[in-house]
Amino acid sequence: MADTDNSDAFVAFERVQKSYDGESLVVKDLNLTMPKGEFLTMLGPSGSGKTTCLMMLAGFESATHGEIKIDGVSINNIPPHKRGIGMVFQNYALFPHMTIAENLSFPLEVRKIGKSDREKKIKRALDMVEMGDFGGRRPAQLSGGQQQRVALARALVFEPELVLMDEPLGALDKQLREKMQFEITDLAHNLGITTVYVTHDQTEALTMSDRVAVFDDGRIQQIDPPDVLYESPQNSFVAQFIGENNTMQGTVKQIQGKQCLVELDNGEEIDAAPVNVNKVGERTTISIRPERVEFNKERLHADAHTLKAEVLEFIYMGDIFRTRLRVAGKEDFIIKTRNAPDQRRLKPGEQIEIGWMPEDARALDA
Amino acid sequence: MSDVTDATTAKRGPTPDDGLRIADSKDSGPVLSADGTPLKKSLRRALRMEKLRALALIAPLLIFVMISFIIPIGEMLFRSVENQIVEDTIPDAVRELRQWDRDEDELPPEAVFEAMYHDLFTASEAKKHTRLGSRLNYEESGMSSLFRQSGRALDDLGDDYLDALEEIDPDWEEGTVWYEMMSGGEGAERDTELSSRVVGQISNLEETFLPDTDAFAPSQAISELLPRTAEAYTRFAVFEALVDERDITDRDPWENVYPALIADMKSADVSGYDGPHADMLRELKSNIDDFEAPNYKAAFAAIDEDWAAHETWATIKAHSVRYTNGYFLNAIDMKRTPDGAVSQPEDRQILVKLFQRTLKMSLIITGSCILLGYPVAWILANLPTGKANLLMILVLLPFWTSLLVRTSAWKVMLQQQGVINDTLVWLGLVGDDSRLIMMNNATGTIIAMTHILLPFMILPMYSVMQTINPSYLRAAKSLGATNWTAFWRVYFPQSIPGIGAGSILVFILAIGYYITPEIVGGTDGVFISNRIAYHISSSLNWGLAAALGSILLAVVLILYWAYDRIVGIDNVKLG
Ligand SMILES: Nc1ncnc2c1ncn2[C@@H]1O[C@H](COP(=O)(O)OP(=O)(O)O)[C@@H](O)[C@H]1O
Ligand SMILES: [Mg+2]
Repeated sequence: MADTDNSDAFVAFERVQKSYDGESLVVKDLNLTMPKGEFLTMLGPSGSGKTTCLMMLAGFESATHGEIKIDGVSINNIPPHKRGIGMVFQNYALFPHMTIAENLSFPLEVRKIGKSDREKKIKRALDMVEMGDFGGRRPAQLSGGQQQRVALARALVFEPELVLMDEPLGALDKQLREKMQFEITDLAHNLGITTVYVTHDQTEALTMSDRVAVFDDGRIQQIDPPDVLYESPQNSFVAQFIGENNTMQGTVKQIQGKQCLVELDNGEEIDAAPVNVNKVGERTTISIRPERVEFNKERLHADAHTLKAEVLEFIYMGDIFRTRLRVAGKEDFIIKTRNAPDQRRLKPGEQIEIGWMPEDARALDA
Repeated sequence: MSDVTDATTAKRGPTPDDGLRIADSKDSGPVLSADGTPLKKSLRRALRMEKLRALALIAPLLIFVMISFIIPIGEMLFRSVENQIVEDTIPDAVRELRQWDRDEDELPPEAVFEAMYHDLFTASEAKKHTRLGSRLNYEESGMSSLFRQSGRALDDLGDDYLDALEEIDPDWEEGTVWYEMMSGGEGAERDTELSSRVVGQISNLEETFLPDTDAFAPSQAISELLPRTAEAYTRFAVFEALVDERDITDRDPWENVYPALIADMKSADVSGYDGPHADMLRELKSNIDDFEAPNYKAAFAAIDEDWAAHETWATIKAHSVRYTNGYFLNAIDMKRTPDGAVSQPEDRQILVKLFQRTLKMSLIITGSCILLGYPVAWILANLPTGKANLLMILVLLPFWTSLLVRTSAWKVMLQQQGVINDTLVWLGLVGDDSRLIMMNNATGTIIAMTHILLPFMILPMYSVMQTINPSYLRAAKSLGATNWTAFWRVYFPQSIPGIGAGSILVFILAIGYYITPEIVGGTDGVFISNRIAYHISSSLNWGLAAALGSILLAVVLILYWAYDRIVGIDNVKLG
């Protein structure tokens, strides 16, 4: 599922495997290429091997098998300090015994850059993250958000072409996180640097990235731009992991090109788009986004299949309404409707019929 | 390293006291609580209960620390200046000596000799004169034997007078007669002032408290008529009755009473006296010209010619102060003399050298502990938990064996026929006839003490290193630093608090170490503590031991202060 075309690849993982204990693989057969300037996010649940991948790229872990290339050159035997990769750590790893300016000066000093050049670069980097006035402070004297900015500045000050970030916003509160998400992407695009960003927060991944690689169990489950990922998940893991999602189990009854008929476990039938199913009789999980469910009959095809549903709960959330239904014997079916003037508000106990465009219901692996 | 808090900026959370401060800062009239009392007052009352409860919780520890730590240290500091023994033992002589100008070449006046005679007599009856001798012997050798010998010889003078007195009236030998004469019989007015003064002197001499309520008091009349005799007899009576608990009504007085009697009678007018045994006194008065007035100066000179030496008295006078800097002067190889502080003779100047050696060797030991301990602590901090625990046990193992056993084991290792030398000889690195001397010298002390104190260095280092997040090293490397630069510029500075804590611990322990230098140190590997121990247990010069201990304490405190100024004690982490 991962792309293997590496003609113009800047970063490339080729059949990379990693095992820490010699018994189990933490990263299983990873293939990944990134063009220059891309902002790629590795998204996945905790323990899925994202950090491990990043550490292998940075040189702190060695690949058990396979090759990692930057600019077409294998870096397996290059020590971390020669890779020239900027890195932002989850806990920022700002050196507590140095001031902010000294922290930024560190990568320049080890590169033997002259004092005046150093000062210029430090000032530029600090101004870039709007921390110009804080050069004389110590990390402990800064707030979490400020430390985050400094960590970013330090990773960028020596002008690396590749920057790695491991859950850099994990410790910030929601508002600050959103602000920083925007600033980081902005910076990355303006400077034209290639970024590998690790997170377990799907919103973050969707809003920031050019492409998102969804990790699970040491494998990339899907790698695509955010909209594709959201709208066309390739398997049920991705569908579940990204965004809210209603699932129903059933068996494929017919397949006709881009459309198939699925018999749900309670006997009702429904239209869906076949994604991971190939033949009649196969078990499948139907996945449908809550905002794609329609209960206004006029808006559905005349011959569309519909399901009976009972309203269990109506939740007013301001911009949207969230309604919980009993559908096909399951009580956790969610629909979302926009709070528009003509929008009907469903009442608990109401009996309705729901349906959707066949392409919005995706028949995935069971 | 904590990446969140910093002492200078970290905002403390609200404390109960904040309430008080806020209440204090209000100036628009007192805020009242619900029941009408000022808010400040009721808050304070509420806080007081909390504070009392907290105090009660720590009280047992506080008391324990007071008793086991602060009081002994205070006692030691006090002993290093305390010098009451001289005045307590020979109070009158000290008082008389004050009048004497020692700058003149003459010996002290007769009054000093007389006072010394009676004081020394009392002291020797109480067997305390040798104690004073030992004390003065610290300052001037020969004093001890002078006092011991004189105590024995003092009786002679009195015995001579008694023989002469008996010739006039045998009753002079009767204890009962003396008692009747001195007490003045039933109902006589008593000289309680003299009595309580003497009880005070005897109390000081015996270092106990004696009540003066039931003490013997001479009659006022006899005290006025024969002041010296009354005082000498009262000393005898008080001592024998209160200290030895004897019946004094029929006891023979001490021999120093007789010279006092003769001295008194030379000038006394007994014609008007009508107390008990007035006839004996009159008879004695009529024969008084047959007696020579006691010449104490000559008597002392006869006992030992040192008593006729100006220097002896000058020494006594110089050390008769109640609080002295003499012990401290001794501790820095000087001494308190009549002419002020002077250096000890060359051959007795050892203590300053010993202090220097103690400091130097403690520094060397601390340095070796840092060099040996740092890598171990680093490995400990970077191993997986299971292996780290195993290694930790090995580090702590020395703690579980007796210090004596460990030091003795080093003896076996280091001696010339020991394991290390045997191995070196066997390997051919050292010739059999040139085996290394690694024991009974400074080398032995340094090797053994480094080993013994190593855990105290490793543990704080380890606990600090454990808190250094490995991501700092990674960050440094990702920024382009080589392994060495990353270690030196990023890891090492963060581990300094551990080095500091370990160094303080090891240095302070080393500077006061005793057992190991004693066993493997020989003569040039011993520390100042060994000298302190010597003065406490062998020479019994506790004052000097206390002064040495106080200096050691002061050195440690000064170093601690300096460390705080240079490194900052906030940077020290002990765990
Ligand atoms: N240094 C290590 N030694 C052994 N196992 C490790 C180590 N680091 C990570 N792992 C294991 O590898 C798996 C993937 O970890 P990681 O890459 O940190 O996941 P993620 O960053 O996606 O949460 C986890 O099961 C974790 O326990
Ligand atoms: Mg991770």
